[in-house]
Amino acid sequence: MYFENLSDAIAMGGHGPYVWSAYVITLLVILGLLVTPIKRGRELRRQIRAELRRKAQVNEGDARAS
Amino acid sequence: MAERTNTEIVQPLMVFLRGQLMRHLKSGLRRPGEVANPLLFFVMVVTLFPLGLGPDPERLREMAPGILWVVALLSNLTTSHRLFAGDFEDGSLEQLAIAPQPLALSSLAQTLAHWLLSGVTLSLAAPLFGLMLGLPVAAMPTLMFSLLLGSLCLALVGSVGAALTVGIRRGGLLLSLLVIPLYVPVLIFGVSAVSEAIIDGSPARWLALLGAFAAAGLVLIPLAVSAALRISIDA
Amino acid sequence: MWSIVHKMGSPPWFYRFSGLVIRWLLPIVVLLLVVGAIWGLMFAPADFKQGNSYRIIFIHVPASVVALAGYYVMAFAGAVSLIWKIKMADLAMRAIAPVGAALTFIALVTGAIWGKPTWGTWWVWDARITSMLILLFLYLGVVALFGAYDNKVAAAKACAVLSLVGMVNIPIIYKSVDWWYSLHQPASIKFTGESTIDPSMLYPLLLMIAAFYGLFTTVMLLNMRADLMAQNRRASWLERDLLGED
Repeated sequence: MYFENLSDAIAMGGHGPYVWSAYVITLLVILGLLVTPIKRGRELRRQIRAELRRKAQVNEGDARAS
Repeated sequence: MAERTNTEIVQPLMVFLRGQLMRHLKSGLRRPGEVANPLLFFVMVVTLFPLGLGPDPERLREMAPGILWVVALLSNLTTSHRLFAGDFEDGSLEQLAIAPQPLALSSLAQTLAHWLLSGVTLSLAAPLFGLMLGLPVAAMPTLMFSLLLGSLCLALVGSVGAALTVGIRRGGLLLSLLVIPLYVPVLIFGVSAVSEAIIDGSPARWLALLGAFAAAGLVLIPLAVSAALRISIDA
Repeated sequence: MWSIVHKMGSPPWFYRFSGLVIRWLLPIVVLLLVVGAIWGLMFAPADFKQGNSYRIIFIHVPASVVALAGYYVMAFAGAVSLIWKIKMADLAMRAIAPVGAALTFIALVTGAIWGKPTWGTWWVWDARITSMLILLFLYLGVVALFGAYDNKVAAAKACAVLSLVGMVNIPIIYKSVDWWYSLHQPASIKFTGESTIDPSMLYPLLLMIAAFYGLFTTVMLLNMRADLMAQNRRASWLERDLLGED
């Protein structure tokens, strides 16, 4: 550990606001990059599964009717 | 069958290129507005700068190379976006795409015609605009020559954007977004040449760079344009 | 070797393979990012000239490096898609454009924040910053062009042509911006000094560069998988795979 204590680490010799804001912005962008496709994939997977289930039910109904 | 010599292959292609060029030139000259309007646009935008920056001749002279080149770039943008639109809409582009002659060649003819009608006239009229901004007379030949070469570069780069966006409705603004970053080297070379000429430096190396850009573009860009046109036709 | 290349072109194989890669790569990337950031923020010594503000280097440099490399990867994918008509290359190309734009954005913003305490200004028209801004425009152009086409197959091909033209142009842009800068700025502020970096700073930097490359790959694969699912809604291989996951 380079810093003596936590408040020193946050202040960073006066450069704290710059360093931390840079890291926070980067973190937000990275989270956005990761979350967007993951959410989109999950949503698609849910839709396709629902479609499959509906198709299966229709097939079952057809089988019973005949 | 005897092996065909080089001239036997090249000759008909040159005839085709010339024919296409004449076709586009004629159709361009039939509407004189298409030649005059970019020049009017240029005069009007140049007029805006003294109004916006103040009439101080010293400051205007300093900024003249940059202003003239940025306006040249903008006027090229506004004319480029209809470059292939006519041929695309009336179906001649599809005919050219399946013609035995390469599409690259006919698109090059279109770009060259555009350059001859807008770029060359612009560089001929450039001294007038230079005078409006107080550019020293000694710098005029460099201004004209740099615009002559530079407008060819701009027309070539613009033709790629035009080919990519020809099938898109309201593609004009999109074309600017695609093409402006690619214009950057041309702008820098052109402005540097004129600035060097103002301070009696040697603009030759910048003009050489413009020439190199134009030469490479003449060879490579028609290939990209023909690929892009085929995509636009299929879409 | 060639069998892998051929398999890459097959959607079912790629879907399964990318799922496996992501499952391993994502935790590694997160770990590397966390370790690299904590190392850079807390354990690396302060720079004796810039103080602690230099710690931004651990995100600024990796983002810039990967953003530039990403454009070449995108253009390469574009070339593959145009020449060999491999559909996966289409997907890769359109998956890269937003990642590249985001990384370029990170590089620009962190650069601006770093500039304020170090040179006293948020923004200067320095050669490297200007080039980076133009790179952002190039990425956004590809994103915009892709969005403008209704036919997404044609959109991918058009973006391939654009990214190839951009790739040829990038070295010319960089060189010309360099000359432009040296012409106007007689080196009053020197950004590119000869400097050797101490191992205590170099190791976390290398770690972060690796992490950003991994992040780039992960996000690219995630985007490609989502597109693949959207395109193959009714494909039997996808149905089997999704039902197996339950």
